[in-house]
Amino acid sequence: MIETKKVDFFYGDFQALKNISMRMDKNTVTAFIGPSGCGKSTFLRLFNRMNDLIPDIHLKGECLIDGQDIYARGVEVDELRKKVGMVFQKPNPFPKSIFENVAYGLRVNGMRDKNFIEQRVEESLQSAALWGEVKDKLRKSAFELSGGQQQRLCIARALAISPSIVLMDEPASALDPISTAKIEELIHDLKKHYTIVIVTHNMQQAARVSDKTGFFMLGELIEFSDTKKMFINPEKEQTQNYITGRFG
Amino acid sequence: MKKLRKILERVIEAMLTVSGAVTSIAILLIVAFLFREGLGLFKSPTVERGYAVYVNSANPVQSLLPWQLKEIFDFQIENWNELGGPDEEIRVFRFNEIFSLYTDEQLDADNDYALLPERLAEVIAANPAIIAYLPQRYAPVEDESVKTVQTGTITMAQFFLGRKWMPTAKPAAQFGVLPLVLGTLMVSFMAILIALPLGLGVAIYMSELASERVRRLLKPAIELLAGIPSVVYGFFGLVVLVPLVQRTFNLDVGETAFTGSLILAIMALPTIITVAEDAMRNTPRAMREASLAMGATDWQTIYRVVIPYSLSGISAAVVLGIGRAIGETMAVLMVTGNAAVMPHTLFEPVRTIPATIAAELGEAASGSSHYQALFMLGCILFVITLIVSITAEAISKRKHEVGV
Repeated sequence: MIETKKVDFFYGDFQALKNISMRMDKNTVTAFIGPSGCGKSTFLRLFNRMNDLIPDIHLKGECLIDGQDIYARGVEVDELRKKVGMVFQKPNPFPKSIFENVAYGLRVNGMRDKNFIEQRVEESLQSAALWGEVKDKLRKSAFELSGGQQQRLCIARALAISPSIVLMDEPASALDPISTAKIEELIHDLKKHYTIVIVTHNMQQAARVSDKTGFFMLGELIEFSDTKKMFINPEKEQTQNYITGRFG
Repeated sequence: MKKLRKILERVIEAMLTVSGAVTSIAILLIVAFLFREGLGLFKSPTVERGYAVYVNSANPVQSLLPWQLKEIFDFQIENWNELGGPDEEIRVFRFNEIFSLYTDEQLDADNDYALLPERLAEVIAANPAIIAYLPQRYAPVEDESVKTVQTGTITMAQFFLGRKWMPTAKPAAQFGVLPLVLGTLMVSFMAILIALPLGLGVAIYMSELASERVRRLLKPAIELLAGIPSVVYGFFGLVVLVPLVQRTFNLDVGETAFTGSLILAIMALPTIITVAEDAMRNTPRAMREASLAMGATDWQTIYRVVIPYSLSGISAAVVLGIGRAIGETMAVLMVTGNAAVMPHTLFEPVRTIPATIAAELGEAASGSSHYQALFMLGCILFVITLIVSITAEAISKRKHEVGV
């Protein structure tokens, strides 16, 4: 469960997020939509503290995961990131074999047991619906896979360390329609075991995969409600305008 | 108008093609020239052209090797029985001695020493144990008392496996490149051993750990180091490093292979640092983020993702570093002591291939065997650097193919 309370976020002097409070429940899919630069990716990256890599940022308000403030003093960022996995916009496999890509998270977490690693790699690839396609070429370079396969590999890689939350930052925007459909199907399946937060530019995608949707604009959360309600009967005019394609 | 432009484009295209072709051909011609001049060495006689070695016909020794000739004339071999001849002490005879044995009249000095060959023949006939090194112009006629010793040509084995480099020794120059090759490899290898960990360390620090401000100061400073002329490095080495090494290791002389390695390491550092740092900084942000997002620490990300990803760039850095180290001439010439002897430890003077070429080419007569031997050294250097760069190419290719 993720919860934010009155979050303000700044890049230097620029305020990227304004007073955002929301709650994402366990085993649900939450989608963030909104025009470019609205702060939805910034908000997503708060949950695994990926924004920490950027110099000169600061945050006000609280950001809780399972009731714990992840920006409190003494929080180990690498421990947090083991709990909160992430899939990026562009497929970004490592220049390693398929097997080693998935095993990476286990290895950096000090896992040595060969049998366990092999088992986890297989499970993760199966969860990511990729096992059947790659089981005979696990030692081949990950770069030999197609873009869609690479993205599913990245999902498998994120799942291998058994996170409870998976963040997806426009995971299908660089893919063709068939690969996109596969990823969406996969998100649906993953919901059973993971809490998923997905940022997307594609409103149909948000409508198809998510339970709840948040609409962002200029750093503000304009509307946050059940996906069905949002797309059929939005409360705010801005939301209405955006989802009907009048701007954005 | 349009037509003119098309013609102009054609002309430019043709010029570019020609310049490319000319460059390639020039490079090939240089290499061909290098090898042609160098390989001539193996057809050159052991003894300098225009000279020959003579003995008394009674002497059963038919031929002598270069090292044997050298040791005879250095009085290290003193008896013919060491060479398969009779048990007699060798009498070494040099051309000049004839002038103390005979007067100018006896040699017919006024008439271009017309009697010289005859007198030389007399001397040789009188001494069964004699060996004489004489210019062929005044050489005695071969007869029942005088015979020419076969000295043959310089062989590859003598050149590549020889342990003595004495290119001006008379009568037989010694062209054994082993001490030079070993000296070069020793100095370069040690230099890389010092420069590589240091250079990679600095590169990692600069690309991953240093703050933007430090980086902006450090990078131009390091690039500045690459621009210092090597003779200045050599001077610095001579004045600072040589006494330092001598004192630190309590040596008789500070001009050693190790000093050369130090100066070379300093010279190779900027190249290694800049190239490796650029390669590491070219690692896509997405790659780092992916690693960090899985709970890897900064350091794990560096050695598990950044370094493997930039391996081809790093190997390029290594090769450029080695290339600089092997080919570097001036600085090494100034600090290694230049003794062309087989090196046994790092703390002895050595002489490298480039230093030898630079130091000796000026005094080698064009076309002489010494000159050819120096070209052959150039060929060796060329082959070594070729091997190094092919190896590096192979390493960087492998990463792209598998990348385990």
